[in-house]
Amino acid sequence: MRAPRLFRTLAFRIVFIYIAIFAVSAAGLVAFTYWNTKRALDSQTDQTIDAEILGLSEQYQRLGLGGLADVIISRSVRGGQSLYLLTDLQHHPIAGNLDGWPQIIYRPDSFVEFNYERRVGGLTTLRRARGRIFALTGGFQLLVARDVHERHETVRLFSTTLPWSLMLMLVLGVIGGGFMSRNLLARLDSINETSREIMAGDLSRRVPVRGSGDEFDTLATSLNRMLDRIERLMRGMREVTDSVAHDLRTPLNRLRNRIDAALRRLPPESAEYVEIESAAIEIDQLIATFNALLLIAEAEAGMAREAMARIDLRDVVEGISELYGPLAEEKNLSFDVAPSGEAMIAGNKRLIAQALANLVDNAIKYTPEGGKIRVSIENMPAGVALIVADSGIGIPESERSRVLDRFVRLEVSRHSPGTGLGLSLVVAVAKLHDARLDISDNKPGLKAMLLFPHDTVRPVSSRPSVAGIPAPLAAK
Amino acid sequence: MRILVVEDDLEAQRYLVNGLKEAGHVVDDAEDGEIGLSLSLSRPYDVAIVDRMLPKIDGLKLVEELRQHGNVTPVLFLSALSEVDDRVKGLKAGGDDYLTKPYAFVELLARLDALMRRRHPAAVKTRLQVGDLELDLLTRTAKRGEASIDLQPREFRLLEYLMRHASQVVTRTMLLESVWEYHFDPQTNVIDVHISRLRAKIDKGFDTPLLHTVRGAGYMIRARA
Repeated sequence: MRAPRLFRTLAFRIVFIYIAIFAVSAAGLVAFTYWNTKRALDSQTDQTIDAEILGLSEQYQRLGLGGLADVIISRSVRGGQSLYLLTDLQHHPIAGNLDGWPQIIYRPDSFVEFNYERRVGGLTTLRRARGRIFALTGGFQLLVARDVHERHETVRLFSTTLPWSLMLMLVLGVIGGGFMSRNLLARLDSINETSREIMAGDLSRRVPVRGSGDEFDTLATSLNRMLDRIERLMRGMREVTDSVAHDLRTPLNRLRNRIDAALRRLPPESAEYVEIESAAIEIDQLIATFNALLLIAEAEAGMAREAMARIDLRDVVEGISELYGPLAEEKNLSFDVAPSGEAMIAGNKRLIAQALANLVDNAIKYTPEGGKIRVSIENMPAGVALIVADSGIGIPESERSRVLDRFVRLEVSRHSPGTGLGLSLVVAVAKLHDARLDISDNKPGLKAMLLFPHDTVRPVSSRPSVAGIPAPLAAK
Repeated sequence: MRILVVEDDLEAQRYLVNGLKEAGHVVDDAEDGEIGLSLSLSRPYDVAIVDRMLPKIDGLKLVEELRQHGNVTPVLFLSALSEVDDRVKGLKAGGDDYLTKPYAFVELLARLDALMRRRHPAAVKTRLQVGDLELDLLTRTAKRGEASIDLQPREFRLLEYLMRHASQVVTRTMLLESVWEYHFDPQTNVIDVHISRLRAKIDKGFDTPLLHTVRGAGYMIRARA
């Protein structure tokens, strides 16, 4: 798991490309130096040989063959790096310190390289030489060469070592790159880890800063500053909802109390009692709307994240179906729950139950007698889906996105009870869980689907939650 | 019954105290957490009503301290806060029930009755009886007179709850919370459907109905009409 991920990292790719470029340019540089040095050394040797041939050819012209042979013999015994061979047309040696004509392609007036045998104290070694053949008048051949064995050996050693050094460099580079990218990965991982914990609801987490002042520290500092601001905003939001809740609930409470007190004083048969009782019902409806709005605000602000736990959607479906089933039967609707396997998600059970209740309640409300309602859980590639499908009146395509807005009630539902916030709450609950609410045509009827993506099917942060929800089970 | 009301909103406190007195209870009041704590520690109460947000000592803190002193007086929290995880916090601090403002007075009374009854439980019962209706908690069977009644598990739990609170008003919210364990507004009165089904099973064909609807409040099971 670790290795493939390492190869996919940006850091590793950068290191790899860098090594490749470095290897190619190093090889090019070495090749150029090699070629240039060899050329310089060769031309130095060639000039010496040319000068010597010039000198010897002058001797030949002045002193003839015998004179030239004498000069060559005297130079040959001097030893050193110079090699001579004077032969007749059939390459029979006349004078010189080479034993025989070397095995070379006969190319007069051009420089050749060849091997020759040298005897030092009874030991024969094969050595490298570079020289030039000069044709003398009268068919005689003069070969003048210099021993370049040391230089040749150095070059040969150099060219056999070069590929190995390059290889070694590549291997070291890859290992070094691996370590470097691992180091970078570790720091990125810590940033990722923190982000995940924050998304799971723990806003107090911060990205660790090492204090080295490098780019990662700068990034971490910026992220932390951003998080501070978000946390401040969230706290502000919570204070606002709390104080709105408190400031509206207190007068509503007094109003409700007064109505109750008045009701207690009146005989239940009086006209006033009926009047005030209907006012109480209105107030209760107002309170229900207010509570629903507050709940939506809380869910949208992500406040309920703290009460997240691992829950099985099957339990929610079972409970809500059991609660609403009789209501559907009362209306002569067939209400059926599709069997399903375990469907664990990280979520707030109460809110998901309420969301499902709202969907089922809508389905019952808008499906005429004799219709069908089916609740199911489906495992999809994109996640786990909670589906409520009915055979009711449905929602025209043009209205589908509008019904998800707050307080929107379609003409057909104008006269049935409800706050107009049912679907908005479902949307808010979906958002809280990074889920999506899709409504589509069930042909006939409506199909509402709450899709919880797989990454919300993640293990919940292991820190104990504020609300005291038991620590979630580890992911299976 | 002796009831302590700890509430800093004086008008709400006045209504609460008057209402409880009219209902025949003896009521003490406190307007902050400090007075509330010292009263509840020095006098015996059957139940205490505590607001969540109080001056000096917060409602949660008050109950925590009370419990630390070994005091087990049932506590009903009243809260005007937003409620997603507030209820859990309240119950965790040692509260026994939780009611969000604004509440209907009948709801409060019904819950107080339930709390006080919990305070004095009769010896562990294995059978409950209301009139000629009998519920056997061991065999999970019900019968009225000589006729046995066939109940679904949830209907059994519903009837059990009603019979444990016989002659008391039980509200729809209480039933939803206790029998179904849901704490939300079901929009439609789903509970009514369950009650009418239960009623059809236990009262249909008998001269005296046992399960009564209490106007504007909820339901009650009792032998005498």
